[in-house]
Amino acid sequence: MPVTVEIPKERWTGSIREVTLGATAEQGGTRAKTVTVGGETTLPFLHFEGEMPHTPIVGIEVQDSYPADWSPVLLAAWGDVLNDPAAWAKKAEEIGADVIMLKVRGADADGNATSPEQAAAVIQSVLQATGLPIIVRGPGQAELDNKLLVAVAEAAPGERLALGLCEDKNYRTIVAAALAHDHLVVASSPIDVNLAKQLNILISDMRLPLERVLMDPTTGALGYGIEYSYSVMERLRVAALTGDGMTQQPMVCFVGEESWRQKESRTAEGVPAEWGDIEKRGITWEIATATALLESGADIVVLRHPETVDVVHETISKLMAH
Amino acid sequence: MALSGLQIYKLLPKTNCKDCGYPTCLAFAMKLAAKQASLDDCPHVSAEAKEALSAASAPPIRLVKVGTGAREFQVGNETVMFRHEKTFFHHPGLALRVKDTEDAGAVAEKVKMVNDYSVERVGIEMTFNAIAIENASGDPGTYADAVKAVRSQTALPFVLMSDDVDALKAALDVEGDHKPVLYAATVDNWEAMAGLAKGKQVSLAVRSQDGLDELADLATKLGDAGVEALVLDPGSRDLGESLAQVTQLRRLALKKNLRLLGHPIIAFAGEVADTEEGEIVATTQFIAKYAGIIVMDRFDPAVAYPLLTLRLNIYTDPQKPISVDPGIYDFNNPTADSPLMTTTNFSLTYFSVAGELDGSGIPSWLLICDAEGMSVLTAWAAGKFDAETIAKAVKTFNAGDKLSHKKIILPGHVAVLSGELEEELPGWEILVGPREAVDLPAYLKQL
Ligand code: B12
Ligand code: SF4
Repeated sequence: MPVTVEIPKERWTGSIREVTLGATAEQGGTRAKTVTVGGETTLPFLHFEGEMPHTPIVGIEVQDSYPADWSPVLLAAWGDVLNDPAAWAKKAEEIGADVIMLKVRGADADGNATSPEQAAAVIQSVLQATGLPIIVRGPGQAELDNKLLVAVAEAAPGERLALGLCEDKNYRTIVAAALAHDHLVVASSPIDVNLAKQLNILISDMRLPLERVLMDPTTGALGYGIEYSYSVMERLRVAALTGDGMTQQPMVCFVGEESWRQKESRTAEGVPAEWGDIEKRGITWEIATATALLESGADIVVLRHPETVDVVHETISKLMAH
Repeated sequence: MALSGLQIYKLLPKTNCKDCGYPTCLAFAMKLAAKQASLDDCPHVSAEAKEALSAASAPPIRLVKVGTGAREFQVGNETVMFRHEKTFFHHPGLALRVKDTEDAGAVAEKVKMVNDYSVERVGIEMTFNAIAIENASGDPGTYADAVKAVRSQTALPFVLMSDDVDALKAALDVEGDHKPVLYAATVDNWEAMAGLAKGKQVSLAVRSQDGLDELADLATKLGDAGVEALVLDPGSRDLGESLAQVTQLRRLALKKNLRLLGHPIIAFAGEVADTEEGEIVATTQFIAKYAGIIVMDRFDPAVAYPLLTLRLNIYTDPQKPISVDPGIYDFNNPTADSPLMTTTNFSLTYFSVAGELDGSGIPSWLLICDAEGMSVLTAWAAGKFDAETIAKAVKTFNAGDKLSHKKIILPGHVAVLSGELEEELPGWEILVGPREAVDLPAYLKQL
C-alpha cells in the first residue's frame, strides 16, 4: 500500500514587516526605484508553508575615501574606482547591487578627520551617481556617527536613506534625524534577542514607524562568531513568526565588512599551505558567510567582492524559484 | 517521543516496593521522565514494559556509523531543529566523489589530497571524512578494481555508489569489513539491495525519485526486510527544493516522531550545482541544514578550509564556548627579558594570538585570564576582562617571577583599561598593543 506522508507545516501567526528603502521623485526623493524587503510569513525559503513576497537583496559597500586597509584581493578586484565614491557606486550598480551601502569612515587614508560638510557632499555625489536606494553608515563611534549622519540626513531630505548604525548609545539623535528628514534607520544591537527588541521599542517610542526600521543583529563572520549570529537570527525570526511584534523587522547583515576583516581573507604569506589560494579562500569566506546568514533570516546582505555578488544573486534566485 | 512520568508509571509494577531507591513507583517514573534515573534500577519491571520504554527513549534520528578504525565517523542522533534549542551533535561527514571511469592516476591524486588533508583551527584538527566511489562505467569488474585500488590508498570510509546490485556486491567483496555506505536502494532494486546490505551488515542509502512518499514507502519496505541502518536521499537536486525536503524530514522525525524517516540524510552538493561556487553554496546549506553526509565533486584547500570551519562553527555547543585553560603560555623559548602579553581564554582569541606569536619566532609570554571563554571585546563589555581580572591573573600565576621587567601588553581593543590597570598593578608599566593579532609580530619587533 503506498505511503502518504503528511508534510509537516508550522502554523505561524506573525509576519515580518515590509520596509521600503529609497524614494522616487513622486515620493519626494530622487531614486530611480525603491526596493522593499520583508513580508515573510515563514522561515527563510520554506515556500511550502508560507510566503516570501520580497526577495532578499544584495547591497554593495562603497566608502567615502580610499580603503587602504582593505584586503589586497578586494583592492585588486575593484581597482581605480576605489578613489572616487561616485564612480565606485556607479560600478556597484552596474555589477548588480540592489542597494548601495555607503560607509563614511570618519577619516581619510592620511588620518584627516571627515567634516560634516564633507559627509554631506559625499552623499550628494553618490545620490547623483546612482539611482539605487542607499544605506549610510558612520564610522561606528557613537559621537562621530551622530555628527556625520545628521549632516548626511540633512543633505538628502526625503530620500529614505537607511541611517546606521543606530545603537542604544545614540539612537535618539539618529532617529530624530530620520524623523526630521524622512529617512529610515538601521537598529543595531550586539547579538542578543532582548537587546534587539529593547532597541526597537525605544525607537518606536520616539514615533518612528517600524515600517522604517531595519534590524542589524550584528554579524559575526565565518570562523569569527558566525554561529552566534546564525542562532540569534534564527531565534529572532522564530519569535517574529510566533507573533512577537518587536522582533518583526527585516534583518540586514554586513557580511562583506566582517568576512574581509579576518586574517583568512587578508593574508597570503606565512599561512598554512592547507589554507589554499588567498583569492579563492577570501571569496569562499564571504560566500559561505552570506549563504549561512541568508538561510537564518537575512533580508539584506551587504557584500564587498564582485564575484560574491554574482554568486549570492544566483543563490537567492535559486532559493526563491518554486 | 519522550513519555511523560504518568505514561511511564502505567508501565511500572506499581507495588511501591522501594527497591529502586525511590519511595514510590510514581516518584521513580518522574525521575525517569526527567532522565535522572535509569530503568535498570527497578529490578521488577516486566519485559514488555522494558521494550516499550526503550523504544520510547530511542533517538528520533538513528545513529549510523560509517567506516571502521580511526576514521570511522557517526551521523544522526540529532534532537533539535535549531542549534540554539540544545546543540547539533554529529557533524556531517564530507566526502569527495571519484568515478571508476576516471584515469586511475587522477583518482589516486584526488584520494591522496583528501586523505592527507588536515587543517587546524582553535586547536581542533579538521578533516574530510570519506571517499564516494561511483560506478559510472556500469561494469562490476571495473568498479571492483577501482574500489580495490582506492582502498589501497586510504583508510577513509567509502560511499559505494551504483544502482547495480552486482557492482556493489563485487565492490563489497574487495572492500572487506570496512563498513561502507551502499548507495542506493531505489524502487527498481530495493529487494536485492536489502539482501546485500543485510548480508554484509552495512548501512544502506535509499534514494527516492519521487519525493517523500516514495522515500517513506521504500524505507518501510527496507525496514520490513530487516535493514536497520538507513541513510536517506529524498531525491531533489534543486537548491530550494532540497532545503524544503531536508527540513520536512527533520521535522517528521523530531516533531511527528515518524521513526520510518528517522535516519541521517545524504546530500550531493556537486549535483545541486554546475559550478564550483554553486557547490560551495550547496555545501554551506547542507552543513547548516540537516545533512549527515555531504558528497562533493571538487576539492580545493581554499574551499575545504572555509567549509570545515563552517561545520565546526555550526556544530559548536552554544552552551559552552570552546576555551583554553588560564595560565601563562610560552612561545619560542622565552627568557626573563621577553615581553609579556595578556588576553582572554576564548579559544578563538587564544589561537589567533598564539598563531601569530608562534609564527613570528619572537620569544614571548602570554598570560591567559579567565574571562569565561569570551572574546576580548565581549568579555570587556560583559565585565569579565577588566583591570581587576588581569591583575588577579598576574598574581595568581606569579607572572612577575618569570620576568626581569614589569611590563605587560594589553590588546589594542581594550586600551581604555590601561589607567585602571596601572592602579591595580603598582610598579608595572602598561603597554597597549595593536588591535589585531596579525599586527603583533611587527609591533613586537619595534618594541
Ligand atoms: C561572537 C560575539 C559574542 C558572543 C560571545 C562569543 C565569545 N565566546 O566570546 C555572544 C553572543 C555570547 C556575545 C555576547 C555579548 N556581546 Co558580543 N560579540 C561577538 C562578536 C560578533 C565577535 C567576537 C569574536 O569572537 N571575535 C573574534 C575574537 C578572536 O576577537 P578578539 O578576542 O577581540 O581577538 C582579536 C583581537 O582583540 C586581537 N587580540 C586578542 N588578544 C590580544 C592580545 C594582545 C596583546 C594583542 C595585541 C591583540 C590581541 O587578536 C584577535 C584577532 O585579531 C563581536 C562583534 C564582531 N563582529 O566582532 C561582538 C561584540 C564583541 N559583542 C559586544 C557586546 C556588547 C556583547 C554583550 C555585552 C551584549 C549584551 N549586553 O548581552 C554580550 C556579553 C556577554 C555576556 N553578557 O554574557 C560588542 C562589544 C562592544 C564594545 N566595543 O564594547 C561587540 C563588539 C558587538 C558590537 N559591535 O556591539 N558576543
Ligand atoms: S523498584 Fe520498581 S516496583 Fe519497586 S518501587 Fe521502584 S519502580 Fe516500583
